[in-house]
Amino acid sequence: MKRIRNTSKRIGSIQFAYMSPEEKRDLSATKIITPDTYDDDGFPVEMGLMDTHLGVIEPGLRCKACGGRVDECSGHFGHIELAMPVIHIGYVKEIKKLLRSTCSECGRLLLEEEQIKEYLERMSEMRRMGAGPIDIRYFAKDISKEARKNERCPHCRSEQRKIVLDKPSTFREEKTKLTPKEVRARLERIPDDDLWALGINPEVTRPEYMVLKVLLVPPVTVRPSITLESGDRSEDDLTHKLVDILRINQRLRENRDVGSPQLIVEDLWDLLQYHVTTYFDNQTSGIPPARHRSGRTLKTLIQRLKGKEGRFRQNLSGKRVNFSSRTVISPDPWLSINEVGVPIKAARELTVPLKVTPANIERSKELVENGPSPTKDGKYMAGATYMIRPDGRRIKVTETNSETVAEKIEPGFTIERGLQNGDIVLFNRQPSLHRMSMMAHEVKIVPGKTFRLNLAVCPPYNADFDGDEMNLHVLQSEEARAEAKVLMIVQEHILSPRFGGPIIGAIQDHISGLFFLTYNNPSFTRKEVVSIFSNLKTGRFPQAVEEDGERIWRGKDVFSYFLPEGFNIEFRASICEKCDECEKKGCEHDAYVVIEDGKLLAGTIDENAVSAFSGEIVDKIARDYGTDEARRFIDQVTKIALGVITLRGFTTTIEDEEIPEKAAEQIESVLRKAEKKVGHLVEAYKRGELEELPGRGQRETLEVKVMKELGKARDHAGQIASRHLGMSNNAVVMAKTGARASMLNLTQMAGAVGQQAIRGERPSRGYEERTLSHFKRKELGAKSKGFVRSSYKEGLDPLEYFFHSMGGREGLVDTAVRTSRSGYMQRRLINALEDLMVSNDGTVRNTADTIIQFMYGEDGIDPMRSKRGDALDMDDLIRDFKKRGDE
Amino acid sequence: MAKDKELNILKHGLVPEHRLLPTEEEKEVLDGLGVDRENLPKILISDPAIQQLVKVHGDINVGRIVEIKRKSRTAGVAKAYRLVVKRE
Ligand SMILES: [Mg+2]
Ligand SMILES: [Zn+2]
Ligand SMILES: [Zn+2]
Ligand SMILES: [Zn+2]
Repeated sequence: MKRIRNTSKRIGSIQFAYMSPEEKRDLSATKIITPDTYDDDGFPVEMGLMDTHLGVIEPGLRCKACGGRVDECSGHFGHIELAMPVIHIGYVKEIKKLLRSTCSECGRLLLEEEQIKEYLERMSEMRRMGAGPIDIRYFAKDISKEARKNERCPHCRSEQRKIVLDKPSTFREEKTKLTPKEVRARLERIPDDDLWALGINPEVTRPEYMVLKVLLVPPVTVRPSITLESGDRSEDDLTHKLVDILRINQRLRENRDVGSPQLIVEDLWDLLQYHVTTYFDNQTSGIPPARHRSGRTLKTLIQRLKGKEGRFRQNLSGKRVNFSSRTVISPDPWLSINEVGVPIKAARELTVPLKVTPANIERSKELVENGPSPTKDGKYMAGATYMIRPDGRRIKVTETNSETVAEKIEPGFTIERGLQNGDIVLFNRQPSLHRMSMMAHEVKIVPGKTFRLNLAVCPPYNADFDGDEMNLHVLQSEEARAEAKVLMIVQEHILSPRFGGPIIGAIQDHISGLFFLTYNNPSFTRKEVVSIFSNLKTGRFPQAVEEDGERIWRGKDVFSYFLPEGFNIEFRASICEKCDECEKKGCEHDAYVVIEDGKLLAGTIDENAVSAFSGEIVDKIARDYGTDEARRFIDQVTKIALGVITLRGFTTTIEDEEIPEKAAEQIESVLRKAEKKVGHLVEAYKRGELEELPGRGQRETLEVKVMKELGKARDHAGQIASRHLGMSNNAVVMAKTGARASMLNLTQMAGAVGQQAIRGERPSRGYEERTLSHFKRKELGAKSKGFVRSSYKEGLDPLEYFFHSMGGREGLVDTAVRTSRSGYMQRRLINALEDLMVSNDGTVRNTADTIIQFMYGEDGIDPMRSKRGDALDMDDLIRDFKKRGDE
Repeated sequence: MAKDKELNILKHGLVPEHRLLPTEEEKEVLDGLGVDRENLPKILISDPAIQQLVKVHGDINVGRIVEIKRKSRTAGVAKAYRLVVKRE
């Protein structure tokens, strides 16, 4: 058959029907009778499962049915004549429905003649009104339900006995088994006219086709055998299953023909039913799955289609693609957030098609002349790997032929060149949970073997460098590149539609660095500023001040250098102590940030100023000055921060959790007191004297009070510890500025780890009425219920360690369960919403143009441009108005 | 339920306000949305809210439009329109 290309047609309708034995025979290219596949010489056996009438899988051979070669013939079906009929496992429910709603004697639908007539009229009325097949199906189901109620046939008056389905495929009529043959006979008796009412169109099909007499054998192209390196052939699972069917079929026929005892024939018949059932679905409940010799369960027809690894989800909804690559990622603070570092090896392999025009013919020739892997002074240089002529012929460019090929280039040709700096590519990290998981980057060729990315884009990808890998896709058309550059480039995603704030910004050392640059406005010498600024490609310098006859630079002035002109903002820094009365600009902790006209007047730059997720300054710049300015700000400020922190040096040690002996004693006494108090509570409980909290009994009250007491003790211990941990302590700097960790982590290290919880409660199970055999039964004290009074620094004793592990395990299990559950929820949401679209008038519509939502999100606000979900940033507006009023 | 007649679900605090759109207003609403009647979301005539409206307005024909005002967390009040349909 010749394939017709470039013709598009619209599908008018699709009809599904049970296939008749005759149709199967007509479709079949050959009858299959022998379970043998290949003969001793390795040739396919005639009328065997690999018969060349079924198509060819080996190059060089020709199909006996159509004469086509491997890539011309897509294969043909064959068929097996089953010695005895068997039930198709996919139709058992339908068969049950039909058997129950029709007469066992005369085959008529178990309804009065008038009733049938009335139902049929209503059905055709529904059709006239435009009811679809699904509506008809439901109606037919109701009819058969109605018919089932009749215990006596209205037509022949015969008594109807109850039919049950003995899973998976055995039908019984009050204890007596109905063989598939009998089932088929009954279905054959149903008259055409009654079939309409049962939702079956007798003009196209008949219900008895659900009991198989003929089995279709799929083409070999569907179940190719693979030749192993050892020369052995390994057959597809479907072929294995078909071999089983043929063997049993043959034995069954022989036994039936020689008149073997009924028992033997029936056993073989059941076995044939088993093989045919598992051939369709090897996970049918009620029967053991068919297995390979190795013990592996066979993948049969249903298994090929179903589930995540099935045909639909694996090969049809999503596919493997070309022009992509994957490797480990590593950080590169010198890149812009918009860039991605691509290793030379990948850059040579990945190509961009370049259409040759009179305008670029010189460059094209140069690229081809360069050959496939040129270098220049030992460095990477883009080359071309293929030249494609207008007729579609591809000519590979090699070291040896590059010059001759280059001479032939004319406008209209296409060449495939390697990547070069500035190319637009898509960069992606799985799981792709939001749009920022796939962003466009500009290529920068780098040495090594990993992709590089700026640290500020770790949050949107949720990437770290403990071995994470990412994918890169090279765009192939001008249109795609333009679209990606406008819509998908990293800087367009600084503000996240997830929460209406920045998701790209400073992290970790960036934040610590900016803290040291601005906290209490330190001074820097010329040498230091040069060192800091050497990271930047700028000739200019921030404003200096004169002090003791020397020019020095103040940290806040250095930071201000990067703020846009006229920039105003006020907010509390992350290090804010939340004093009862905020002194604002005069804050003694330098924790209230005031920026006026692009000058940082007061406050410290930390998490709340520049970080991903909560950076106010990044947020406002992106909003008011645009994404170009925001990208510039993030690129420069993070580089400066690293300059500062490199200059100062930054580390944390176990000594950062060191507290004076006196403080340790204080903590010890706090914990001792708390444990004593818990002891009192337990005694009061045992006497039944606890004052019950509203809605709780004695036992619950005890738990709540104990938890509260121990929680308080932990916090108190933490307070004592943190009194001795000041801003001169690097661990504290990280916690307070929001660079990494929290004060809780520090108090757990220096003070006490505190109560361990299982499902929000103190551990309670394990042994009979106690958590561990080390305690007395019914003991309720702190220690026996998972209170860890040691600090991480001291180390935990074995019992504490055990309780701590219980808590840790719960955390791990929770995350494992959460990810799988939320993954499935996300999948269902995406499938439900994927083709909804916000139209120009703000309504949300589906592809049929039906309105789903009258205004997107009901308020029509693009969350990406919102301020944390609100349309307007009221505080900022008011501040702006006030300022203008003052002027 | 003997007191069935007195139960007005539309008065319940969790049921949004339903209003049968007068036929005169229909054109304006449809033109404003730029849609055909068929592209509106649907509501079954058997819906309790419609049945309540029937008690007020008398029989409501399939094809009429109901205006629903919902309290919205984002927009304050959100208006929606639904086309009254029958099953089948
Ligand atoms: Mg990782
Ligand atoms: Zn063929
Ligand atoms: Zn009958
Ligand atoms: Zn303060």
